Amino acid sequence: MTVTSPRPTRRPSAGSRAADLAGRLFGGGSATVFALLLVVFAWIFIINPSFAEPPSLMAFIKQAAPLVILAIGQYFVIVSGEFDLSVGSLVGAQVVIAAALLDGEESRTVPVILLMLGFGILVGLVNGLVTTLLKVQSFITTLGMMLVLYGAIRLWTGGAPTGALSEAFRQPGRGGIDMAVVRQLPYALLILIGLVIVAMAIMRSSYGRTLIATGDNERAAGFSGVRVWRVRTLAFVLSSVMATLAGILIGGYAGVTAQVGQGLEFTAITAVVLGGVVLGGGRGTVVAAMAGALTLEALFTLFNQLSMPSTIRPAVQGVIIIAAVAYAARERARPRQHAETPAESQQSSEKS
Amino acid sequence: MSRVLAVAGRGVTSRRRLGSTEIVWLALVGVLVVGAVLVAIDGHNLLSTANTRDMLTRSSLLGFVAIGQTLVILCRSLDLSVGYVMALCSLIAATTMDGDPARVPLAVAAVLVVAGLIGLGNGLIISALKVNPFIATLGVGLIIKGYLDTEYQGPAGDVPSSFQQFGYSRIGPIPVSTLVMLAVAVAAIVYLRKTRTGYHMFAVGGSADVARLSGIRTGRVIVTAHVLCSIAAGLAGLLIAARFGTGSALVYDSGYDLESIAAVVLGGTLLLGGRGGIGGTIAGVLILAVLDTVFNILEVDPFFKDVLRGVIIVAAVAIYARRQIDRKASRVRFGDGGNGGGPNGGGPNGGDDDGGGGAASLETPTGRTVQAGSPGGTDGTDQRPGAGGPLEPSVRTDGGPAAHRVHGPARHLDGMGGAR
Repeated sequence: MTVTSPRPTRRPSAGSRAADLAGRLFGGGSATVFALLLVVFAWIFIINPSFAEPPSLMAFIKQAAPLVILAIGQYFVIVSGEFDLSVGSLVGAQVVIAAALLDGEESRTVPVILLMLGFGILVGLVNGLVTTLLKVQSFITTLGMMLVLYGAIRLWTGGAPTGALSEAFRQPGRGGIDMAVVRQLPYALLILIGLVIVAMAIMRSSYGRTLIATGDNERAAGFSGVRVWRVRTLAFVLSSVMATLAGILIGGYAGVTAQVGQGLEFTAITAVVLGGVVLGGGRGTVVAAMAGALTLEALFTLFNQLSMPSTIRPAVQGVIIIAAVAYAARERARPRQHAETPAESQQSSEKS
Repeated sequence: MSRVLAVAGRGVTSRRRLGSTEIVWLALVGVLVVGAVLVAIDGHNLLSTANTRDMLTRSSLLGFVAIGQTLVILCRSLDLSVGYVMALCSLIAATTMDGDPARVPLAVAAVLVVAGLIGLGNGLIISALKVNPFIATLGVGLIIKGYLDTEYQGPAGDVPSSFQQFGYSRIGPIPVSTLVMLAVAVAAIVYLRKTRTGYHMFAVGGSADVARLSGIRTGRVIVTAHVLCSIAAGLAGLLIAARFGTGSALVYDSGYDLESIAAVVLGGTLLLGGRGGIGGTIAGVLILAVLDTVFNILEVDPFFKDVLRGVIIVAAVAIYARRQIDRKASRVRFGDGGNGGGPNGGGPNGGDDDGGGGAASLETPTGRTVQAGSPGGTDGTDQRPGAGGPLEPSVRTDGGPAAHRVHGPARHLDGMGGAR
């Protein structure tokens, strides 16, 4: 095992890496989500052709950006083999903190955003260190963090959020640059593009490779010199930072309510898994995770377009995610059986 | 064959399991003592009849859910749909009874059948369609939520007073519902310890692949666990109906899904499956109930209660993890049992011995013998390095002089320490 493990991290030459990426993008589990995304969008366009016009698409992006950003953060954690259940309440906490500290004053915007980022990093550090150093399963760590954040924020504000967001703070979430074709190019889209590039760069860097290797086989990664605890802790920090950024966008877009962020952790995890990323780590791409988030948001839009009663939406959503994941699992099972049977037998012979 | 091995392994097994359960019960005693002292400072008595009754009443509802959740988690699965199943079952019970005491048995039967079918659905989606349990049960939960939101706008149905007795009556200070919960717990313990499927649950949780290679039909085991889990959640739904007097759809917002998982983990069962038991879970449920009661008596701010609860759950699991680090590491991805050397001796993996036993030939018997035969005293230090590269120490012991032998493991330990 010590011999085999470094291979995935050292091997990638540019060519094989590209082939690898293409293979993972278009083969196996990830293909499902892109197909599903196309189907959902096609359906929306058929029902409502005006949705295909740039302004509507921009509005869609503005609405979808927070979930996509959350999915990026959640991806880092999931691919390293962990969970982050605290993102939902972290988003809520950040929005409430922003409102309370800003209290409508424009001049405080930048300091408060910096403070929020600091708080996000702190939450991620606590999540990561408790999980890696104290060996608490991340499900429990982040569940605890969820309870703590939920309670602490309400304790601090006395139950209901106080204060108000400043106009400048709301710009990233709701504002944009006025343009000819699209009417308004949302800042959210620009931020999203920036983060997508950063995320892809991270996953192509040695850190990203290490992250996947850690999720795939923690011990093998450890023996090949990966500091597992550092890698994972950083993943949690990234997730919390992404949740903070998503919180800024959501706060700007939707304003402050007591329920902000509720249930977002499950939506984000669903989005990531819908993207073909395997819970337990080591498999899946960040692009597919983002596509999963877009697909979920497109589904919600489709439900709107169909004017489906809001009560039945969860049921439809449940059916679709189960079906999509089951389909992806079926797709993945086939090629892997051929590809990995020899590898597996090799592994077991090494063991004995 | 696995039967024989399982029986042979039981001496070790039950001792180990008892050990981890004992800690949880000790923790419960600790929480009770600390709680009683705090409450006494406040001028109340935690162990008064009223408060004891309050604690036990609280524990019964979560207890049902947590017992079922334990079975599922032992199989390395998870059930996030329990909250929705509870809500659905309370509605089915209340609407079927509709105030008529004669229809109580019918309602109970209907609840058990519906809950069982939901569990069957969960289990089949997970085992046959290969959907991750997290997504499968979340999806099923969403489907039930959609149905509930569409069909029921508010409380519905009417529970006859005879059935409400299930929620309110008690024998001495102990509520009947708690007694029923404890009876279910005992039945589940017997089921896990005395039946073949019970053993298989540990094996599947320990390593589904090894279990399958040893001839266990893993799919059936997982389906069984999910059916039993949903039925347990159905019983909790019945209890809700009995307590409220009607069915309530909003129960699913009360967070029973995550809380039951927290109780199970608090009870020392590994989320990664294969180790743990009902006894610990009951203690975990009681710990949560005691905390709630103490917070109530001390009139702690409800939001601060959430903070405290979160901290306590994480802290408790961190303390268990101290003891489980080596064992947990063996479980994570390899299931290669190689690190079993050291304190755990020949039967390293407790609960999944029966599964592991059958697959011993697949694992690393060599690794283990090397561990056992390597220089005495290094047991404790050796086990972590041994886990990954059983070959290296064996080469050293064969050829190298004593000095090398000492150096080998030590260097390994450094490397490993850094990696962690």
